[in-house]
Amino acid sequence: MCASPVTKFIPPGSGGVPILPPPRWVDGEPALHQITEDIARPLEGRPGKGWWICFSLAFAGLLNLAGMVTYLISTGIGVWGLNNSVGWAFDITNFVFWIGIGHAGTLISAILLLFRQQWRTSINRSAEAMTIFAVMCAGLFPAIHMGRPWDAFFIFPYPNQRGPVWPNFRSPLVWDVFAISTYFTISLVFWYLGMIPDLATLRDRATAGIKKMLFGLLSLGWNGSHRTWARYETVSLVLAGLATPLVLSVHSIVSMDFATSVLPGWHTTIFPPYFVAGAIYSGFGMVLTLLIITRQTMHLERYITMRHLDKMAKMTMLTGMIVSYAYATEFFSAWYSGNLYERFHFINRATGPYAWCFYLMVLGNVITPQLLWFKKIRLNVAALFVLSILVNIGMWFERFVIIVVSLHRAFLPSGWGMFYPTAIDVGVLVGSFGLFFTCFLLFIRFLPMIAMWEIKGVVQQDAAQDARHAALAEASHA
Amino acid sequence: MRRSFVVATFSDARRLMSAVRAARRENFSIYDVYAPYPIHHLDDAMGIRHTRLPWVTLAAGAGGLLSALLLQFYTAVIDWPLNVGGKPDNSTLAFIPISFELTVLFGGVATVAALFLRARLFPGRRERLVADGITNNAFALVLRKRDGSFNTELACSVLRENGAEAIEEKVMDI
Repeated sequence: MCASPVTKFIPPGSGGVPILPPPRWVDGEPALHQITEDIARPLEGRPGKGWWICFSLAFAGLLNLAGMVTYLISTGIGVWGLNNSVGWAFDITNFVFWIGIGHAGTLISAILLLFRQQWRTSINRSAEAMTIFAVMCAGLFPAIHMGRPWDAFFIFPYPNQRGPVWPNFRSPLVWDVFAISTYFTISLVFWYLGMIPDLATLRDRATAGIKKMLFGLLSLGWNGSHRTWARYETVSLVLAGLATPLVLSVHSIVSMDFATSVLPGWHTTIFPPYFVAGAIYSGFGMVLTLLIITRQTMHLERYITMRHLDKMAKMTMLTGMIVSYAYATEFFSAWYSGNLYERFHFINRATGPYAWCFYLMVLGNVITPQLLWFKKIRLNVAALFVLSILVNIGMWFERFVIIVVSLHRAFLPSGWGMFYPTAIDVGVLVGSFGLFFTCFLLFIRFLPMIAMWEIKGVVQQDAAQDARHAALAEASHA
Repeated sequence: MRRSFVVATFSDARRLMSAVRAARRENFSIYDVYAPYPIHHLDDAMGIRHTRLPWVTLAAGAGGLLSALLLQFYTAVIDWPLNVGGKPDNSTLAFIPISFELTVLFGGVATVAALFLRARLFPGRRERLVADGITNNAFALVLRKRDGSFNTELACSVLRENGAEAIEEKVMDI
């Protein structure tokens, strides 16, 4: 796995166990100027044909979303397939799906920063961008599901002339509003803060015109002072420390939307960790999809190496297995608890009218990660791409199964029913992908999608590490 | 305000580091160092104090926690109690998630705001670059000529011995 040119050495007294050289996260030894060139040049030229094709498709999806949402708001949510039995379906499935996608971005940018994992530097910027766009998509769904979206602001506590009536702070749905607004704000601040030095680099490269002005405005007069760098690094660590429990809290709170109700299939205490693991799993699936596309189309193989893809594949495998374990626990508790309703729910999940969704979920989330045990698959870009899409299909169906299968067979048989999506349901889902990819494609077109300053630091550190390793090797041979 | 400085530029971080150490050995105080990325251990070499910004996080986080608890307690218990499912008005445990979120929100936003204030970063501020390529691949060490006792010759020779590529005396506003 290691592309380092330095040989391994056997330290005296180690019983013949060699010490391997530290891994390198950028191929070759690009000079500092080369790094700036490689990353900034795609932003300064004209976009290629591939970008235009992707952008046209994504933008068509976004227009479709705008049309469908306009129709939905002007007509009412009856245009969806919701009914009295199944009052939450595609809308809330999409909401949980998109919110989950964002989690891998925060994991990469914050948690891996705290653990000083250097491989995050090539991918953290785009993963954070992904988080922000995914949270935007997620935020759309509860709003348009309200029926009267123009009154969506009622959920915020502000002095009003209706009493004042305040939100019910004991409700997880209100917790959700706070969790997601905080998550969005902190992610946005973290993303922007990380980008300031790179915006300054772009400002200094731009010769004149609107680009120079905009980058100048956004880079806040950054001049590379080390006194500022020292504070900046501390603040980054503080934000990472805050974002880490935050990201765990967000999906835990989303899971409580379900877990605090008494519905079979929802009313379980394992939901918070189970949802967090699922969120990171689906997020890594999406990070893989996006990075494989960008790596191939923007020719950034030197920075997003196979070693990065391998690490992400391993994270996907780990979280996928936590998710599989949670599925097994759910079935076990349904059997072992002796609760008839719970037992019925899980038999119905695997054999009922929506069983095909359940098996798609098992395919995507239980079987797919097992393939990642094989190094051959982890090192095959095409295979990883297909797997990453399967992961996301599986995770979308997981939320659909949890939500719709529980609702369509609740306690009273007289309240049973079926949910069938309408064209508007499907159109809004497709449209949300349009919104997501439009934002992402604009991002890789106009902003530095790899953190130049972080890569520069890592490359220099790699060189220093190699020098230390070579010195040790020489000393042990002498 | 325009003041006079000695600006030495370097092409790599290692030489810069040794120049910083040498300058400190000769009792020069480092005005600042400019670099395209944060260089490890440079803070110690320059002798700069640890930032106190985490205290802002603590204070603002505590403020967020307190305001969230007060808001929820005031609205749910004093101003307009609502009976939802027979739960007690003061359901303190149910107030925890929002209290946590607001702690993080206040703490995070205030820390970044404090950084911007302290480092004087704001939109519309004109960048004052001490040398070309600082945001790309160049490094610069800046000493301030505070008064007549500043030994320019010694400074220049120390910097040159440690690999400075160019040394300039500049009167500028940074």
